[in-house]
Amino acid sequence: MRPMTITEKILARHAGAKEVIPGDLINAKVDIALGNDITAPIAIHEFRKAGAKKVFNRNKVVLVPDHFTPNKDIKSAGQCKVLRDFAIEQKLTHYYEGGDVGVEHALLPEKGIVGPGDLVIGADSHTCTYGAIGAFSTGVGSTDLAYAMITGELWFKVPESIKFIFHGKLNKWVSGKDLILHTIGDIGVDGALYRAMEFTGRAIDNLSIESRMAMCNMAIEAGAKSGIIAPDAITKAYVEKRAERPFKFYSSDPEAEYSEIREYDCREIEPKVALPHLPENTKNVSEVKNVKIDQVVIGSCTNGRLEDLEVAARVLKGKKTAPYVRLIVIPATPLVYKQAMDKGYFDIFLKAGAVISPPTCGPCLGGHMGILAAGERAVATTNRNFVGRMGDAKSEVYLANPAVAAASAVKGRIAHPDEVVARK
Amino acid sequence: MGEASPPQGAFLNGREVIKKCTGLQAKPDEKRGGSMKFRGRVWKFGKDIDTDRIIPARYLNTSDPAELAKHCMEDEDAGFSSKVKPGDIIVADKNFGCGSSREHAPIAIKASGVSCVIAKSFARIFYRNSFNMGLPILESDEVVDSSEEGDILEVNMDSGDIVNVTKGLSFKARPVPPFMQELIRAGGLMESIKKKGVI
Repeated sequence: MRPMTITEKILARHAGAKEVIPGDLINAKVDIALGNDITAPIAIHEFRKAGAKKVFNRNKVVLVPDHFTPNKDIKSAGQCKVLRDFAIEQKLTHYYEGGDVGVEHALLPEKGIVGPGDLVIGADSHTCTYGAIGAFSTGVGSTDLAYAMITGELWFKVPESIKFIFHGKLNKWVSGKDLILHTIGDIGVDGALYRAMEFTGRAIDNLSIESRMAMCNMAIEAGAKSGIIAPDAITKAYVEKRAERPFKFYSSDPEAEYSEIREYDCREIEPKVALPHLPENTKNVSEVKNVKIDQVVIGSCTNGRLEDLEVAARVLKGKKTAPYVRLIVIPATPLVYKQAMDKGYFDIFLKAGAVISPPTCGPCLGGHMGILAAGERAVATTNRNFVGRMGDAKSEVYLANPAVAAASAVKGRIAHPDEVVARK
Repeated sequence: MGEASPPQGAFLNGREVIKKCTGLQAKPDEKRGGSMKFRGRVWKFGKDIDTDRIIPARYLNTSDPAELAKHCMEDEDAGFSSKVKPGDIIVADKNFGCGSSREHAPIAIKASGVSCVIAKSFARIFYRNSFNMGLPILESDEVVDSSEEGDILEVNMDSGDIVNVTKGLSFKARPVPPFMQELIRAGGLMESIKKKGVI
């Protein structure tokens, strides 16, 4: 049999085929179909327009109103109500609101709704996050979601894969966020267009689940269809206590074909910043001088997990934010919120002058909870720095990891964590 | 539909499908009466136009096409929605529609009156969405490189022929993949469900 990549194996399995090759068009079964308060209303409209009465499986259609929640205005409330009514009508097991809702791509893995070997589609481009636990997951549009909600299937073109090998150990303050920013800086925002990004190597083997999620989360920022990391002992430790369905570990065959193989030496990778207005505009933090900031956002589906808040707390401990800098911390899920509070991070954040937001996508996409005025500049641990992404079209977003974001809040300008935390 | 096989014919697994698809020829859709021809003025945009520029997220608290159209391209060209005329054509460089999966992006473009988008390449979710909701899109490096804002283009979606009337140049767009042609012929993704007998 033809050797296959992990991506090809998962797709073949869900298409009921022995093997697939890149370019094949397949109709595959989906394990989870996800929508949020922005994308699901259109999907639900299409669902009804098609005359559908029931979703294919009430345990496998997941609705997470996380973008403009807590409802930011009357129109948003109306959108969320569309999800709420649909969830009640269809008796969906996975619908979350109020104190149960979190940022979807942090919430689903945390609750074990998605697992290794799954095929997941979501009407949200960052659905690619779940590759971090060995699933094939990809973002689609609302019409695709409607189709999958009705049929439990969707068509896919099997993507070519690019293998990224990260050698060596990570430098201090470097996380998965820096590895992916470095990669996007190298290949560009369409460097992996239509393809699957497979992350491997010694550095990945030792990477935490949180960092792996940050990497796979931003595969879309290189244009990729998906990002994936072969599951291992670290994955197993994370998923076995959460998974609500049986899971399966897949890995690429040694002889599997890749359209491209790129290798990086992690000793050369420093904490990164992506300058406005594209994630590919990356520089080492140490190269970015005297960029004054007005706001710092620590949160999102990229970097709003416990490890991210722990790193931020380590940098902020005993420090104050610089005058006229707003620091907004957004734990990504209710569980992260509780854990961060229990571990004392909230005390550190509050003493530093931060405001702590309930879980929401909020400012990441310029929704609410921290919008920028014209001329304002933010450092954010989010994933996009497009024109107007966090507010006014004349505002700017710099993307960084939580340590850099926290250090920047203290200095009032883009700063390296070493400038704030005394070396031991 | 004539002899055009319903899309579930393509919803099979593996390479048989590829063979089946590539055996198809692009034919004018009877429903469209061969009318997938557009003539309009070029609105030229650069590379990596993201979905936040096509429709900023601050307007995503609605999915009403007319409402979305008012803000189409707003952060890139503030007066776009009031200047654009029905039939006009967006011509953009590589990776058009990168970023979010929001179907509001092609919806806003279509509702603003734009007849089709021609780019060097499209981001994948935008590409999928455009076919699913019925915004005609074509890929051509040459058209993008040779067109200027305000030029008049004539586009035949069925044949892929593009004429720059202003400059007197003719081009052929990269063919739409046969599978996508099937989908269009079936009336879009949701129409294809009915033929599967699921509902």
